[in-house]
Amino acid sequence: MPEAALLPTNRDEAWRYSDIGALQDTAPDTFEAWEDVRVAEGETWSDLIVLDGGADKDGGLEMRRLRIVLEKNARAELAALVAGGQLGRLEVVVTLAEGAHFELGGITLGGGDTTREIVTRMAHEKPGATSNQTVRSVHWGKGTGNFLGRIDVVRDAQKTDAAQSFKGLLLEKGASVNSVPQLEIYADDVQCAHGASVGQLDESARFYMAARGLPPETIRRLLVQAFIGDATRELADEATREALLEKALTKLDERGA
Amino acid sequence: MLQIDNLHAEIASENGGGKKILDGLTLTVNAGEVHAIMGPNGAGKSTLAYVLGGRPGYEVTEGSVIFRGQDLLAMDPHERAAAGLFLGFQYPVEIPGVSNIQFLREALNAQRRARGEEAMTGGDFLKLAKEKAGLLKLDMEMLKRNVNVGFSGGEKKRAEMVQMGILDPAFAVLDETDSGLDIDALRVVGDGINAIMRNPEKGVLLITHYQRLLDVVQPDRVSILSKGRIVKTGGPELATDLEREGYDAVMADA
Repeated sequence: MPEAALLPTNRDEAWRYSDIGALQDTAPDTFEAWEDVRVAEGETWSDLIVLDGGADKDGGLEMRRLRIVLEKNARAELAALVAGGQLGRLEVVVTLAEGAHFELGGITLGGGDTTREIVTRMAHEKPGATSNQTVRSVHWGKGTGNFLGRIDVVRDAQKTDAAQSFKGLLLEKGASVNSVPQLEIYADDVQCAHGASVGQLDESARFYMAARGLPPETIRRLLVQAFIGDATRELADEATREALLEKALTKLDERGA
Repeated sequence: MLQIDNLHAEIASENGGGKKILDGLTLTVNAGEVHAIMGPNGAGKSTLAYVLGGRPGYEVTEGSVIFRGQDLLAMDPHERAAAGLFLGFQYPVEIPGVSNIQFLREALNAQRRARGEEAMTGGDFLKLAKEKAGLLKLDMEMLKRNVNVGFSGGEKKRAEMVQMGILDPAFAVLDETDSGLDIDALRVVGDGINAIMRNPEKGVLLITHYQRLLDVVQPDRVSILSKGRIVKTGGPELATDLEREGYDAVMADA
């Protein structure tokens, strides 16, 4: 079966924490398909991607793969919610020319035994480009959230500023998140700040809010909303910011199962 | 209004088992009264406040608390609030990403719904918040910021009292509301407590370490808490005796 050899495995770095079992019914050419976006010099592009599983998408793979090329001084802004599929996966590869900027505000949500992941690669190939990625993951049940962010800075790409921030919030015992920052830097005058943390809802905040009369479900909603709000904060477009937050909150409200 | 009878409580510890803090505490606070609780460090003052508020990890092993005719200990923390209990924190908690306005409006309306009252509109709520912030001389802009985030110690305590003003409880348990306040702020906070809670229908349990707040909020009764129980109860003069002679001397007379 030559096709089988084309399916990714956990040995592939970009699929390390993925749910390979969810790929079994997937046609191998799925992994050849990319959506291409080119943003011309000085132009701005923005998009909201929502993977939230229609009724027909329960189980299996729900995936989007984008290749974005930013020309000189171009700006791209991507808001993303990954909350669908047995395996929900967003892959983004961005190539940045001089002075370009890429902004990602990403949220993963999921319970059951789902895996929801965002996998990015920033290719800083020219000097003075910047990228900023903020990903917040909220998981429950036995759900898993992953953020794999690779940053490549070539030798000539001086003055690159590439930042990553990841935080995971586990609502129940049994859920997990993984964050893998992978930095390949060949220039010497660059900034690549990255941070990752995992936690639960703050116990003292919960009691404080309860002592003011808020019932547990309202407390959870307010605290989760505050947590994922981080991912929207740097998005310049207000409509996109609100749409992302609203989609995520709707998804969270449905979380009974 | 509040009857605490033979209350025993312990704090759950990491390695299982509990550390006994309250050891047969009995105390009654009537409507219209401000009852001050004083006591040395480690006497159980904050534990009493947390037990009354229902904080997880504080386990009542014996005794009862009746609040306005209801079994307080049977209620969840948010139900206690809706029943009219307010707990003023010694260390108010910071909540990044949640504004004071949103927090308090949700809290007030949750309480009102629980009592079968109608929710307050946004406009009416803002008017109320503005009035109470003014009472505590807290800039309204502070209420638009995230709950207690970036507030100084004194601002946090004033914000606690603004919350109390907005929620308008029947009974307040105030845990060292005076700590971290300078003289001027102490006066503002004390006047605030008087304005909000001095009422024949209301009661206050004022937990404090020092006499100075009691100069502004004059208590009707003063009790000394030591080793988890009330060892002495008296009138306001008890607080001045304590200030003058210290805990050891006053308790030696007990």
